[in-house]
Amino acid sequence: MKTINMDHVAAGSLLPEVVEAMMPFLSEKMGNPSSMHSLGEEVTEALEEARGQVAGLINASDQEIVFTSGGTESNNWALKGMVLAGRSRGNHIITSSIEHFSIMHAIKALEKQGVEVTRLPVDKYGIVDPDDVRKAITQRTILISVMHANNEVGSIQPIAEIGKIAREHGVPFHTDAVATVGVIPVDVQALNVDLLSLAANPFYGPLGTGALYVRRGVRIEPLIDGGIQERGFRAGTENVLGIVGMGKAAEIAAGELESRVAHLIPLRDRLIKEIPASIEEVEPVGHRTQRLPGNASVLVRYVEGESMLLFLDMEGIKIASGSACISRSLKVSHVMLAMGIDAGNAQGSLLFTLGKDNTNEDVDEVVRILPPIVQKLRDMSPLYKRTSKFKAIG
Amino acid sequence: MYSDVVMDHFKNPRNVGEIPDADGVGEVGNPACGDIMAFYIKVNNNVLEDVKFKTFGCGAAIAVSSMVSEMAIGKTLDEAMQITNKSVIDALDGLPKKKHHCSNLGADALHRAIEDYKSKQQGKIAERPFDGPEVCSCPVCDVNDPEEAPYCSSVCERTTGK
Repeated sequence: MKTINMDHVAAGSLLPEVVEAMMPFLSEKMGNPSSMHSLGEEVTEALEEARGQVAGLINASDQEIVFTSGGTESNNWALKGMVLAGRSRGNHIITSSIEHFSIMHAIKALEKQGVEVTRLPVDKYGIVDPDDVRKAITQRTILISVMHANNEVGSIQPIAEIGKIAREHGVPFHTDAVATVGVIPVDVQALNVDLLSLAANPFYGPLGTGALYVRRGVRIEPLIDGGIQERGFRAGTENVLGIVGMGKAAEIAAGELESRVAHLIPLRDRLIKEIPASIEEVEPVGHRTQRLPGNASVLVRYVEGESMLLFLDMEGIKIASGSACISRSLKVSHVMLAMGIDAGNAQGSLLFTLGKDNTNEDVDEVVRILPPIVQKLRDMSPLYKRTSKFKAIG
Repeated sequence: MYSDVVMDHFKNPRNVGEIPDADGVGEVGNPACGDIMAFYIKVNNNVLEDVKFKTFGCGAAIAVSSMVSEMAIGKTLDEAMQITNKSVIDALDGLPKKKHHCSNLGADALHRAIEDYKSKQQGKIAERPFDGPEVCSCPVCDVNDPEEAPYCSSVCERTTGK
């Protein structure tokens, strides 16, 4: 049976060129960049080359890239590091209500420490109104953090506009761009951001590797203290293997970005159009055009996401869902709730995240296989064509 | 993630459907929590002659419903009332811990159908024994506040009427 992976949000594959670039650092180039001898020097050179490759992908300068263990660390650092550095100026941060857990939970932790938080609402497409950002800024605001795009619902935020407002008010602005860097063009100058989190995985780099872009002149305290790696910004021996892989993946992404986007959008649009056309009472989630090129998110009424995923998996199709039963927390996606989607309807969430290897034939398969699965589950659902006069309770 | 028994019942659920002239009907759950189970029973001589169900929910919820229906058919009402959370989990050869609340729902829905039948026998109008605010609480950890239970099943807003 052919496997169709439409769950690239979880993990994409490594590009062969990336694996090839990483291999020497598993054997003959197993040095520590901090060593004074030639092996250390060679590894340092590789690190700096990767720094340049990552900087090039987002139009930053090399010194503005600090390597981390991935998006979660970058997000935690951006928030906690900026609060630590800005305590004398204020105590208020502004964020959105649809952030990734690594922002949401880090902010909750800061809130427990006394930081004041404004969480901006989103419209039904999952998009923040920049005007709301303007209204939320106070004299005490020390950071604004709004994600670039949400992987669950696909919507892309007006980051450049929000950045402009932040700059007018002299408030540092961070964006979690894990879902966008290496996926769509991201330019830190055009976006007016001061800090930007990225991870290697979405552009076919290794897991557990990321970076934080820190604009020159922005004062941030380190999250991890120790030795003087990463110019004192982030202590700990660098994950050379991962960083070299991320650098190579960034270089390739920079060259292929346009063709990847052009490949993904028609496939995405077919899913968004053809699934609701082949199954009644299915609605697309998120913004129609202002969305990630490989992201198709739909709600199927009267059935629950996990049961659909299990049947699709038996047919070789790997996708995700925002349903409560799927999530480790057993809660419905806070993103969909923030968009005003009914918690019951959110249970029928299906999330397709496409990658460069997906084809039109893959979409054909999904559109062929999904309807009978939904029908089978609807036929056993008490919510579908409801006949019972009893109301569910408790 | 799931045992072979769970997957078998999920793929080929037994006793799916409704009984139009059921002697008792029991329904539990809330779509916001991700599970709703409706059980329909036919009683003859104090014995569950037929049991059917309809379920909205995850793989575990469907397998649990199917297993409960299979365990219940042919049992006396008193025996069926003895079907517990644990006996369902055991019969399914185990469930992941985070899915344990599904198994409670299955037994609850069956028990509620039996109670419904008994009420009707006594000439009463079927009561809703748990009227009041709807809260999804987790039988594993007994926490029902969504904010305080980050790894629990409690997703439900405390709303009524849904």
